[in-house]
Order: sequence, then C-alpha cells, then structure tokens
Amino acid sequence: MSLRDRGAITGVGETRYSRNSGRSVVALQMEASLAAIADAGLTPKDIDGIIAYAASGVVAEDFVTNFGIPDLRFSATTPMGGASSVAAVQCAVAVLSAGVCRHVLIPLGRNGFSESRIGSRVRQMPQFRTVAEFEMPIGNIAPAQLYAPMARRHMELYGSTSRQFGEIAVTTRRHAGLHGNAMMTKPITLEDHQQSRMIADPLRLLDCSLESDGAAAVVVTAAEHARDAKKRPVYVSGVGEGHPDSPSAITQRPDLTTLGTAKAAPRAFAMAGVTPADIDVAEIYDCFTYIVLCQLEDLGFCDKGEGGAFVEGGALGLGGRLPVNTHGGLLSQAHMAGLNHIVELVRQLRGEGGATQVPDAEVGLVTGYGDMGDGAVAIMRRG
Amino acid sequence: MSEDAYTRPVPEPSRDTRPYWDALNEGRLVIQECAGCKRLRHYPRPVCDVCYSMDVEWRQVSGRGSLHSWTVAHHPFHPGFKTELPYVLATVDLEEGVRMIAQLRGVAPDEVAVGLPVQVAFERATDQLTLPVFRKREGK
Repeated sequence: MSLRDRGAITGVGETRYSRNSGRSVVALQMEASLAAIADAGLTPKDIDGIIAYAASGVVAEDFVTNFGIPDLRFSATTPMGGASSVAAVQCAVAVLSAGVCRHVLIPLGRNGFSESRIGSRVRQMPQFRTVAEFEMPIGNIAPAQLYAPMARRHMELYGSTSRQFGEIAVTTRRHAGLHGNAMMTKPITLEDHQQSRMIADPLRLLDCSLESDGAAAVVVTAAEHARDAKKRPVYVSGVGEGHPDSPSAITQRPDLTTLGTAKAAPRAFAMAGVTPADIDVAEIYDCFTYIVLCQLEDLGFCDKGEGGAFVEGGALGLGGRLPVNTHGGLLSQAHMAGLNHIVELVRQLRGEGGATQVPDAEVGLVTGYGDMGDGAVAIMRRG
Repeated sequence: MSEDAYTRPVPEPSRDTRPYWDALNEGRLVIQECAGCKRLRHYPRPVCDVCYSMDVEWRQVSGRGSLHSWTVAHHPFHPGFKTELPYVLATVDLEEGVRMIAQLRGVAPDEVAVGLPVQVAFERATDQLTLPVFRKREGK
C-alpha cells in the first residue's frame, strides 16, 4: 500500500514574523493553529491528531487544553530538527491512511530571536548529545560551524563558489520583498553578499538563515474527508524521510557532500509518479544557502557537483528554471523550521501565492533538512 | 585552571566514553576497537555496527592524519570562545581510518587546504579536562 494521495493539506496558518513577538510561544502556536483550522473549514474540536514540535516546549496536551479537544486519538513528535515538519507530514499521512484519525494538526512556533537563540538551543536537543560531548568543547557549537565543512568540502571537490551561494541569497531576498509576510525585505546584491561578514568560513552572514519569533501550522486531512474541505485540497502525492550514514555527527559521515535527502527523494518521487522535470515550484529548506545547493543535487534536479552551475543566472527566481522559496525561505522570510515552506507550497498550489505566485503551479516539492543531515521530501499536487 | 574559572562547554562523559577522555588526560589519543572484528570506530559507542559485538577495547593511535575539510570560526556562538576568534576547526582523517575534529593550531587560515598533514597534540583545559588539537606535521 502506498501513501500516495491518501492525505491532503486542507488548512494553513501563520502569525506575523518578527524579532520580538511580545507573546508566549504557546499563544503564537495557538494563533497559527486557529488560523489553519479555520482555513480548513474545521473547528478546533475536529482535530483528533497532533504532531507537536517538542523542541519548542509546546506539546499536544497544550492544544487539548486550549481547544477543549474532546477525543485526541493520536499524538507524536518527529524530532529531526529542520526536517521535522516534512517528516511530520509523512507521519500524519501514514496514520490518516490507517484510519487512526481524520485531521492531524502540525503546529510549530517559537520566540527564536527574542528568547532562545540557536547557539544555546541546540545544546538541549538529544540528537546533539554526541556533538555536545565531543565537538562543542573544542568550539564547534552552532549549525553554521557544524555545517560549514560540508560546504567547504563541496567547494574543494566540485569547484562551487561563494558567489554561487550568494545567488541563492539574492534570489530568496527578492522573493521575500514581494511576499508580504517576511522579516527581511530590502533587496541585496551579489556584492552585498560577498561583503557580508564571515560567520563560519565559507558561510557569510548572508548565507545564514534568520532567527525569528512567530508560528505556523497546517492541517492534514484523510483523503476521504478532504473533499469536504472549504478550499481546494492539496494532496500529498509522495513523501519520505531519509537519515544520513552517521546521523549523530557530521564529522563521521563518509561523504560530507550528501544528505539524508538523497535517500528520501527517490522514495518520494517514485510514490508520486513524477520526476524533477515535473516540479513547477519548490520550497527547499534553506538554513544556509549551501544546503539548498546540496539538496538540489540530492533531489536529482542536477548531478552531484553541478548545483553551483544550476543556481547561476537567476535559475531559482520567478520565471527561472525552477522557482525556489517563493516566500523568502528561512533566509529572508522567517525561520519556522520549514513549516513555513509547507504553508507556502500549499498557497502556491491553491493559486494563493499573490505577488510571488508561479503561474498555473500544479505540482510542487517541499523539503526539510535538520540536525546532522536528516532529510525529508514531500511532493504535493493541487486537487 | 580550576573548573570554576573555565567558561567553555565541558564534556559529560558516560560509561561508554570515559576511557577516551581519561586517555586524553594522560596525553594519549585512544580510539574504540571492536573486540570481535577489530574494527575501529569513533565516536565511542556501545555496539559495533558491523558485527554487533558489545565488547570493546581501546587502541592508542598515531594521531597522524590529513585534513578532510575545515571551517574558520569568526563569530562567537558561545561567549567562552570569544577571545579565541578566529579559530580553525579541522576535520581530519586519521591514518588508522577514522575521522575526528579539533582546532588546528599554528596554521594561518589562508594556508589551510584539504590534504594538509597534521599531528595531534594535547592541551590541558582544566585540572580534569584535556582537549586534542592538531598541528601541521612536517614531512611525511
């Protein structure tokens, strides 16, 4: 049995994104969730499954209490860092297709700028236990430092360049400026990117994603109930998660230039029955510019080593070969661990993309990437 | 330095990993070896992923290796490292076939390159903690 088209996203919601929400993380997640549930044409008491983002400190019990949910039938977490959101979609569709429940809420939110910054946050996560013991004491603390050697190795092996990373930053910022709910909207140039200060060589400031306050949420509904949704459902046609060899520490990975995405992508494409050439729009997890480039290769949009050439010349912009991160991504919209990427893909496939709408987008792709190389991929189509 | 004055993250060794840290304190680099199939593995953990033996030995290794990749840290994500910036974090292939990461000492950032030959050395951080570092190795 395949999960193809067994579940659909029926509702999406977001708060405003900012550096100082002035609100609790619970309140932010409730606001985004209420918006997503209303978007689906449901009431909060219709929710009977929840996949919470445990790292935010908000759990399924909070939703049961705040919404008065009478009979929550399923709860889980998918702790894969930035791959959690897309992995949660796979988990949701699996339990929906098995008849465990009907409507799974996936919320995510945090005060990632005003309260808990990245350098201290990852130390609390059990997936970072090995890194915390062996790498943080020598000064390998934050994702920028942990991931930079992957980018450097790619540059050494394949000749990819900082300017190619910059292409991704510039295009993504342009999209954010058009979108309407993005933190960073001022256009940047390749020269701005090249002159931005070094964070962890070769990653410059403008290669790094934002730290953000806010929340997003989506509702995933069993296919047989999605037809009743208020809006056109967006079906999950293919989905998969993949874990790299040596997921506890990047240092130990045999090939630094390949992510778990390379294992997840063939599964997702085969399930959906499409190829990379069929993808109209892609929302690709962009904690760092290089991670986008690497995933484009692992997803099969180009061969390994050719990601640098692939992104040149505005290929990822609106009207380009593959429009990517039409909301501005984690680099320029907000860092909601990729749940904002799912929200954006759904809006694109509904035709609600506004100024960054890809004309007539029918099939789209969204990825998550997290921790020490975990990947998750979902391919969606408009119903 | 006493532990109280030390502001950087310190490891919290487990039963599985303590011999690695104890050896560093004695100025030795040891790597786990599977007692069943004799494979080396790093970081320390309880099971061999090839033969599933849980019997472990510790082998002292040469500390010689070559650079696999690196980064130069310019931003302090932890206040304890602020005074040390910029520093090079070297991912190194040890001759014995496992990889490790440590700061690279005495090499200017623009001299760093894949394949650079390095040798491990030891720096005492506190009374209870010694950290590995790499230095450029001359000759072969």
